[in-house]
Amino acid sequence: MKYFWIFTALVLLISALADRQKTLRALEIALKRFLSILPAFLEMIVLVSVALALVPPQLLLGLLGGKGRLLGVGIAAGVGSVTVMPGFIAFPLCGILLQRGVPYMILSAFSTTLMMVGVLSYPVEREYFGPRVTVLRNLLAFFIALAVAVATGLVFGEL
Amino acid sequence: MSRRRLALFLLYGAFLLWGLFKGFGISAEVAHNFWTFSAQMVRILPCAFVLIGLFEVWVKKEAVERHLGRGSGPLGYLWAVLLAATTVGGIYVAFPVAYSLYRKGAKLGVIFTYVGASAICRIPMTVFEASFLGVKFTAVRFSVSLPLLVLTSALLGRYLEGKGYQMPG
Repeated sequence: MKYFWIFTALVLLISALADRQKTLRALEIALKRFLSILPAFLEMIVLVSVALALVPPQLLLGLLGGKGRLLGVGIAAGVGSVTVMPGFIAFPLCGILLQRGVPYMILSAFSTTLMMVGVLSYPVEREYFGPRVTVLRNLLAFFIALAVAVATGLVFGEL
Repeated sequence: MSRRRLALFLLYGAFLLWGLFKGFGISAEVAHNFWTFSAQMVRILPCAFVLIGLFEVWVKKEAVERHLGRGSGPLGYLWAVLLAATTVGGIYVAFPVAYSLYRKGAKLGVIFTYVGASAICRIPMTVFEASFLGVKFTAVRFSVSLPLLVLTSALLGRYLEGKGYQMPG
C-alpha cells in the first residue's frame, strides 16, 4: 500500500508541474466525488462490521464443513454472497477447510461468491448503478459463481 | 443524507455506546471491525479518488471512446480486464473508476466487465488464492468465470443501452 501512495504522489507531482490549474481541478473533483459517496461507504462499513461479528470464522468452518456436496455448494454460495472479508483472511481460511477435507467445489462456491457477489456492498453499488441494475448484476455474478463451482467439481472429480 | 441512513448511523452509534458501558462482547467486536475496515478504506480511497480526479482532467474523452466505447470491439473488453487486474483495492475502487470511465464514453458492456473483473482477477489476490488452493483451482476459476463475465456483461450492456439506461452516479 505504501507504493500506492508513492505512485499517487509522483503522478500528482508530475501533473502539478505540467499544469497547476488542471491539477487543482483534479483535486477538487476528487474531493467532491469522495464526499458525495462517503455516506454510502460508511453504511457499508457499518453493515460489514456487524455481519463479520455475527459470523466469525469458526462459525464459517462449521457451516462449510461436513455437509452433503450439493447442499454444501448452496450453503457456501449463500454465505459467500452475504459475507465480506479481505482476501488475506478468506484464502487462508479456505486452505484450512481444504485440509479438513472440504471439497474443492464447495470452496470454489464460497470464494467466488465472496469475490463477485456483494450483498453488503449494495449501499455503495446502488449509488453508482441504481437498484435494479445492481440486483441484476449481482444475480448474474451469482450464477457465474455456481458455474465455476460445478466446473471445479468436474475437474477435481468431485461430481 | 437520507433519513433511513441517518437512523441507521444513530442506532449503530447507540449500540456501540451501550456496549461500551455494559462491557458487552459483541459490540466491542463490531467496533473493532469498524475500525479495521475504516482504516483499510483510509489507506486506499484518498489515493484512488486523487487518481480518478487526475484521470478526469487529463484523459481525453475521445481516447476513452475509441478504446472502450461503442466502436471498440473485442479489444475494449481486453483493456477492461487488464485495467481491472491492476486496480488497487478491488470493488470499492472499481465503482468510482467505472463511473469515470462511463462519463468519458466507455460502453456499458465494458464497464460491467471492468467491475466484475476487478472482483475476480486482481493480480495480488490471484497469487494469494493460487498459493493456498493450488494453481489448478485458480486456472479453472479463471477459465470459466472470465468468458462468462465478458459474455453476460456484453449482453447486459446491450440490453440496458437498448432501453436507454443511464448510470445515475
